Amino acid sequence: MNDLSWLVPLPVVLPLTGAGLALALWRHAHAQRVISLAALTLTLAASLALLWHVDTGPLVVDAGGWSAPVGINLVADRLASLMLAISSAVTLAVLVYSLAQGVADGDEETPVAIFHPTYLVLAAGVAIAFLSGDLFNLFVGFEVLLAASYVLITLSGSAERVRAGTIYVVVALLSSLIFLLAIALTYAATGTVNMAQLAQRLPEIDPGVALVLQLMLLLAFGIKAAIFPLSAWLPDSYPTAPAPVTAVFAGLLTKVGVYAILRTQTLLFPGGRADDLLMWAALATMVVGILGAVAQNDIKRLLSFTLVSHIGFMIFGIALSDEAGVAAAVFYVVHHITVQTTLFLVAGLIERRGGSTSLDQLGGLAKIAPLLAVLFFVPAMNLAGIPPFSGFLGKVGLIQAGVAVGTPLAYALVAGSVVTSLLTLYALVKAWNKAFWQTAPEQVAPMHLPRGMVGSAASLVVLGVGLTVVAGPLYGYTERAAGDLRARAPYIESVLPGGGRGDGVSDDVTRDADLEELEDPLDGGEP
Amino acid sequence: MDPDMTPNILLAVVVAVLVAAGVYLMLERSLTRIIIGIILASNGINVLFLIAGGAAGGPPIVGQTDAAEMSDPLPQALVLTAIVITLGITAFVLAMAYRSWQLNRHDEVQDDLEDRRIARIAAANGAIFADDDSGDVGGDLDEDAAVARDETGGVRRR
Repeated sequence: MNDLSWLVPLPVVLPLTGAGLALALWRHAHAQRVISLAALTLTLAASLALLWHVDTGPLVVDAGGWSAPVGINLVADRLASLMLAISSAVTLAVLVYSLAQGVADGDEETPVAIFHPTYLVLAAGVAIAFLSGDLFNLFVGFEVLLAASYVLITLSGSAERVRAGTIYVVVALLSSLIFLLAIALTYAATGTVNMAQLAQRLPEIDPGVALVLQLMLLLAFGIKAAIFPLSAWLPDSYPTAPAPVTAVFAGLLTKVGVYAILRTQTLLFPGGRADDLLMWAALATMVVGILGAVAQNDIKRLLSFTLVSHIGFMIFGIALSDEAGVAAAVFYVVHHITVQTTLFLVAGLIERRGGSTSLDQLGGLAKIAPLLAVLFFVPAMNLAGIPPFSGFLGKVGLIQAGVAVGTPLAYALVAGSVVTSLLTLYALVKAWNKAFWQTAPEQVAPMHLPRGMVGSAASLVVLGVGLTVVAGPLYGYTERAAGDLRARAPYIESVLPGGGRGDGVSDDVTRDADLEELEDPLDGGEP
Repeated sequence: MDPDMTPNILLAVVVAVLVAAGVYLMLERSLTRIIIGIILASNGINVLFLIAGGAAGGPPIVGQTDAAEMSDPLPQALVLTAIVITLGITAFVLAMAYRSWQLNRHDEVQDDLEDRRIARIAAANGAIFADDDSGDVGGDLDEDAAVARDETGGVRRR
């Protein structure tokens, strides 16, 4: 349909090709590094091009030339492209960080031969999930990224990681089973797994069945997004992985779950029947998560709890289910991916410099590593929502949207989000004071942090601050994205133009055979 | 309703039994039982996909079967994908169970450290937090964390 539609599969194809090459060249660590770096840089370029281009309208590709709704299609609309662009930027920065760490430490923490192919597969899985226009393909994307994450979280197979990894894997498998079950039921009820066609058919089926499907999908995605009470697995399993792995997990994996919730709630179930449930879940996630963070004395665990807590903000925006709420939620996702990844990378640097992540054993870092103090302070304030950072803008957007809705529950969430922000500030300032200001319990040997690690963390800090600088246009973009999501028609129209089929070449085949005859069994009997 | 779309009761019972057995096994602690549970439940869901596709018919090849007689090929493609995914994941979990057995002589899903620590403090009826911000090193919390980690055989890095 468009000359630039060849861009759409690139964020999936490039990392997968890179992964294959990196695996084939496992004896040549240097070549692997070059391949990974090149693949992710090109992915970032392709994502940015998509981001710029789809502002004029969604791009749709029918994979293998099979028309939607029978074939699998990839859809790059504003939301998907925005998520792709920010996630490729973050994955690239984390790759540079891990490369620098590998150069400094001799690759024991993140063995190149395994780490690079797996990491690229993870990036591809995230891209599949964002681009998929098909519920089953979304499942495949989830499985690709989860399979890669299983390997990454148990990297080097130490007892501690196997213990944490076991919990993570079992919980993730359970959520995948629920998702698969939901897809099977969806297919039984509607005869399709194409999201655009589902959006047309779901209103026609029995409302009770539709509600069951909606809740099952929410349950599956809620586990992945770590919404309370489905979040207990996260703070125990993330902190044990190597710093770059934790950083990319924290930044991306939960957000893929949030993205899936956002997509299904707006496109498939626009009635907002689960909104009250989501609001309560959002409130509980925010408050319980941040109370966990306040009680923590280990910087990585503390950050894991703030991660859970701030998922609540995004769910809040989604549950408001109006344009302002969704726009603020999308903005918040973009902000949070950047800032949470940055914080975990900086926590890795703190561990390296101070020799521990326990706040009782750290101290005096502001004196011996002033740059590190700045690198931690800026994203910490950004996360807590201190003006003028992007966290503040996202929260203000959410609060405004909540007040505009004006129900008692929405006001409760507004109050909850303010309290959560203050407690986030408390937890992070406590961490900052202890790690950087308190008298050092013991002198640590002077050392230089590798430039690449500091540089990539710093570049993410700058990106986080940069989000504030471009907040006007970015917020405009998220508002247009939210408008598309609420309207639904742009998505459905671009996948199934003219209310018919997609524009793959498979309609040539149907023209050769008898078109009327062939359509019926595949569509499961159109009324 | 189209008679072809009426689900087969026998297949529905098979799904129920497989998923129920799978859930029962997943409630166990041993990874090997959990993985058997996951295999059973996912096979149950695969059969559910077949039910979702309606009654079986001829092979869905244009020119060989009359269009009205064809099976629905889409659920079969989905099931095939799901089987492959389950196979890969099963291989991984078995490897992880073996690694766990190598390290710990068991393959159990272990407690959350935080849970275990809180349970111990509760049993001793002690204070949750003994942190007075005075800069002294090695508070209760940290010692607890170190012990909790040692219990699982973990070695703290650096």
